[in-house]
Amino acid sequence: MRWMWIDAITEFEEGSRLVAVKNLSSSEELFHDHFDGSDGLPPDPVMPGSLVVEGMAQTAGILVGSVNRFREKVVLAKVSSVELTEDAVPGQCIRYEATIERMDEAGASTRGIVSRLDHADGSWTRIGAIDLMFSHLDNNLSGREFPEHNFVFSDNFRQILVSAGLDDYIDD
Amino acid sequence: MAVISRDEIFDKVKDVLENALGADAEDVTMDATLQGDLGAESIDFLDISFKLEQEFDIKIDQGELFPENLMSDDSLVQDGKLTDKAMEILRERLPHVDFSKLETNRQVDQLSEVFTVESLVDFIERKLSA
Repeated sequence: MRWMWIDAITEFEEGSRLVAVKNLSSSEELFHDHFDGSDGLPPDPVMPGSLVVEGMAQTAGILVGSVNRFREKVVLAKVSSVELTEDAVPGQCIRYEATIERMDEAGASTRGIVSRLDHADGSWTRIGAIDLMFSHLDNNLSGREFPEHNFVFSDNFRQILVSAGLDDYIDD
Repeated sequence: MAVISRDEIFDKVKDVLENALGADAEDVTMDATLQGDLGAESIDFLDISFKLEQEFDIKIDQGELFPENLMSDDSLVQDGKLTDKAMEILRERLPHVDFSKLETNRQVDQLSEVFTVESLVDFIERKLSA
């Protein structure tokens, strides 16, 4: 099982843009530990910034993978820049909007905006920007060979794609 | 397209490298090597290539700026050294790079030493005048 950090895909523009959301619940274990108050301060549940980056990496990774119908093994190769201006906390819905900036046989660069839903008026507030680079594994690393099986886009990725009606984009 | 001077090309290449590698401005000199001096790793070469495309509004094909898949070919690398054929291919495919530093010992692990800031400036200059 892959550890998924997005719940659903909500928008998709083929080859250019993908939006995914993640609902943050106080029952999630990470909030019990980060931060649990053991340092003498009151408990302060905050989603670790590294996991916000992972959520964007999964969103942008699906977008990049979709271009070649998930035949390529797309892996996160570089976190080009991260700017998180506000914390993500339980009760919020986080939205990841990824767009492809550049892409060729070797890989892709993506830009991403992270927003948070204000439940009071339904508006989204920008809380960060994350730019990433992905590598097409089979076209790099001096011809080193990897398993035929696409271990990057495995079971639960597929489930999210099916839920969004995007399973037509998967070549078996 | 307006003619752009070599100094202007250098300034833009410098911006790209500061951005892609997090390099300090004073370290990005013409003779600085991308890997040894500026700390570039393999994925950074793709990043640099993408950023140069955007900055100069050009298209760079894979293998046009940096060599690709050289090490996996036995006719190009033998006992850790570049063969005559490899040198010939490199010179032909990458005319913007000065390979003379490699000529004496041809150690493949010193290949990165010839990819300097100047080689990028030369590449852009050739590309824009083509």
